[in-house]
Amino acid sequence: MDALDPTATARARLARHSLSAARRRRDGLARGTILGGTILALIPLALIVYYLLAKGLGSWSWSFFTTDPTGNTFFKSSSIGGVKSAIVGTIEIVTLASVISIPIGIGVALWLIEYGRGSWFAHTVRFFIDVLTGVPSIIFGLFVYIALIVGTGSTYAGYKGSIALALLMLPVVTRSAEVILLLVPGSLREAALALGAPRWKVIWSVVLPTALPGLATGILLAIARAAGETAPLLFTAGATFKTNTNLSQFMNSLPVQIYNDVTSPTNAVVNRAWGAALTLVAMILVLNIIARLIARRSRLA
Amino acid sequence: MQASTLRAGGRSTLERPPLARLPDRALKYGLTALAAAILALIVYFFFRLVGEARPAFAKFGVLGFTFGQDWNVSAEQFGALPMLLGTLLTSGLALLIGVPVAVATALYATELCPARLRSPVTVLIELLAAVPSVVYGLWGIFYLAPKLQSPEQWIADRLSFIPFVGGGLVTIPNIFNAGLILAIMILPIVSAISREVMSTVPADHKEAALGLGATRWEMIRLAVLPYCRGGIVGGAMLGLGRAIGETIAVTILIGGATQMPTHLFAQGNSLAAVIANEFGEAEGLHRSALFAAGLVLFVLTLFVNAIARVIVLRAERVHAPQGAAQDPRGPGPPALAGTPGL
Amino acid sequence: MPELPQAGAAAPVAPVAAEPVPERAREQAALGVRLQGLRAFYGAAEQVKGVDLEFKANEVTAIIGPSGCGKSTMVRCINRMHEEIPGAHAEGKVLLDELDVYDPSVDVVAVRRAVGMVFQKPNPFPTMSVYDNVAAGLRLSSGRRGKEVRAKVEAALRGAGLWDEVAERLHEPGAGLSGGQQQRLCIARSLAVDPEVILMDEPCSALDPIATLKIEELIEELKSRVTIVIVTHNMQQAARVADRTAFMLDGKLVEVGATEEIFTNPSDPRTEEYVTGKFG
Repeated sequence: MDALDPTATARARLARHSLSAARRRRDGLARGTILGGTILALIPLALIVYYLLAKGLGSWSWSFFTTDPTGNTFFKSSSIGGVKSAIVGTIEIVTLASVISIPIGIGVALWLIEYGRGSWFAHTVRFFIDVLTGVPSIIFGLFVYIALIVGTGSTYAGYKGSIALALLMLPVVTRSAEVILLLVPGSLREAALALGAPRWKVIWSVVLPTALPGLATGILLAIARAAGETAPLLFTAGATFKTNTNLSQFMNSLPVQIYNDVTSPTNAVVNRAWGAALTLVAMILVLNIIARLIARRSRLA
Repeated sequence: MQASTLRAGGRSTLERPPLARLPDRALKYGLTALAAAILALIVYFFFRLVGEARPAFAKFGVLGFTFGQDWNVSAEQFGALPMLLGTLLTSGLALLIGVPVAVATALYATELCPARLRSPVTVLIELLAAVPSVVYGLWGIFYLAPKLQSPEQWIADRLSFIPFVGGGLVTIPNIFNAGLILAIMILPIVSAISREVMSTVPADHKEAALGLGATRWEMIRLAVLPYCRGGIVGGAMLGLGRAIGETIAVTILIGGATQMPTHLFAQGNSLAAVIANEFGEAEGLHRSALFAAGLVLFVLTLFVNAIARVIVLRAERVHAPQGAAQDPRGPGPPALAGTPGL
Repeated sequence: MPELPQAGAAAPVAPVAAEPVPERAREQAALGVRLQGLRAFYGAAEQVKGVDLEFKANEVTAIIGPSGCGKSTMVRCINRMHEEIPGAHAEGKVLLDELDVYDPSVDVVAVRRAVGMVFQKPNPFPTMSVYDNVAAGLRLSSGRRGKEVRAKVEAALRGAGLWDEVAERLHEPGAGLSGGQQQRLCIARSLAVDPEVILMDEPCSALDPIATLKIEELIEELKSRVTIVIVTHNMQQAARVADRTAFMLDGKLVEVGATEEIFTNPSDPRTEEYVTGKFG
């Protein structure tokens, strides 16, 4: 205790500014709450993944994928079958929906960017596309039902489900296509135009190829979303048990199959639902992963 | 025109033969027609929907239908209030539970998270959006709802003095569970929008706060949250829109009751769920009533989404007048399943 | 001046409890700052390469040099803002009087209040009124009652030469003021917490000449209360306001001395080249 600490003056001055215990506590508490909230958000994800794997993997087997559901939900001894028709149906319906919505979606996006910019018409179109983004998925099913089933005497069909899904995908594809196409540098377009290329050639040979990876990513994500939708298919594609490749007839699909199985009292059927759910999620994940891989290699985004 | 630019035949090299311009014309008019067709299609659907719903509205009146309390199929009496209430209650619960958690995840990812963890955490939250609605329903009804039954009963017993919350018997499909699942489902979108707004807070303001000797939390409170208020509200509204329109998970978890909801932990119904449940075998007036419910739902989501977009756009315009976004509308809310590079 | 007995290096600074700690009296001298061997890094890149420099108490020291020479980085090490940038760190000592602000026993929050900062672009909190902006720093520490806050806000605004202009508009948004007023608002905000040092990083570069003049006058008044370090690329400004000037080049201190000396009779040829405008 001999020499006075030379830092004493500074320390005394700093002491006035020091962090009080209360503030320190509040900071710690806030940080803890934020971290806690984040963990809370991730818990359902972990649980869902766990249950999907725990209950779904058990149902997976060769016959699971290769036999149709039998519709026998009450008798324990008889076989309940697999989900083949559901998988085939989902693939077919979603493929058709993509074939319909992707060209149209990209077309509308192209129009919005290349030709319609700034006009009131473009604003109206964009407004309606935005409206479509917010429409509840079941309404799409109702739309198609009204247009194609009511009063026409015809009934459920796979392609009608595809149309409903295409309506759902359209705003998603258009929006992401527009974002990506806007990212194509104007200088690229100008260079091509300055070389004397006609507008359509600029679009076809320069704009679209440059935007392709980004477009692919957006498309894949839209497809993944559509594959998981149930409500639009309930009253359009109907459901059936046997595998059916004819899109103009009733067609099964994974989400509808799961939905129907959920209400069953039989354990085995419920387990099949988990297996189907795992299959569906796996398909969606694969699409998502491919989409992200492509996005990473994109020269634009 | 100089003689040298004339080719044999009298046409200048500067002109293109009309035939060569055809593809351009075709493309332009073709695409314009496409855009117009889409517009027409949407308008057509809307009018057809109104048409199908008309019988029900004619019989009960628009207000009578929307706020009527009895939904009785056999008596051909249709009032959608139980469903409307169910929709609003579950969505409200989804906001109440989901938005704070989503904001917390966004704050964590942008302000507190160590740099290497940022990407994984973000991807994980986004993964919640990849789970299809029906799988949420499946997991909810077979895992979450049964697990929560005793805690919910405990709460209902303890809080029996609060009307509508406590005092009843907890059923497994119930309004609260539907709301809880919705909260989980809107997490990704609210989190993504909040994150986007938070990442635009200028470093200036954050440094000003830190320079005054603020702790991390105080800086967030001074510089980040006030700045992001508008954007977060907009994101919450978009989440609300999503929650209102959500069909399958709610159908599975809410129960399909046709009377007015008695308490939070009892079965209920929602506009989307009643359609999903009853449309298959509905005929005549019943079917028309379901279309009418669909119309009410449609208008409700339109309204909420419109408000949401205005709020989000305004928040972005106020804070980023330099207009860094290439999208002419402003970045807009990320359409999760359709935005590349998410 | 109350000196805490042996608040030595061993014990971490005790959090100040509810009892009010005596304020530094107006007439007391501020503390000075001394850099010893300061090096600052962005990741692996060294931006400040070993600087020894003293900022004398209650004086204005200007730091001049070409863009990218590290002057801003160096100044940000003084209030430990440099380390907020991901991957950035500093080595060496920054002595506030005799206390190294990088010492583990020192609270970084306290350092930042004691060493205030005014930034290049005025940055009042956009969602707050004039009053709330100035009070922001005060309200952070607990135990401030309404009347105390009001008195301090007025004092700070007077100290920044802004009181007359905003007395009627205290509750209007801070961002609604003109550029020069906003910058003085930021100075008031820093003054409100009673700092020892104020760092100014090119404070006038976004302002018009009249506003600049007002701030330069302000600096002249403020130096009796605080030590001021001002980074500027405007040599006329340095000549007008600074008692001492330091010239930095490429992360190193080339020369420091009385402002007049530096500008009329520099020792180092590089300094002469810079001040006569041959480069930079």
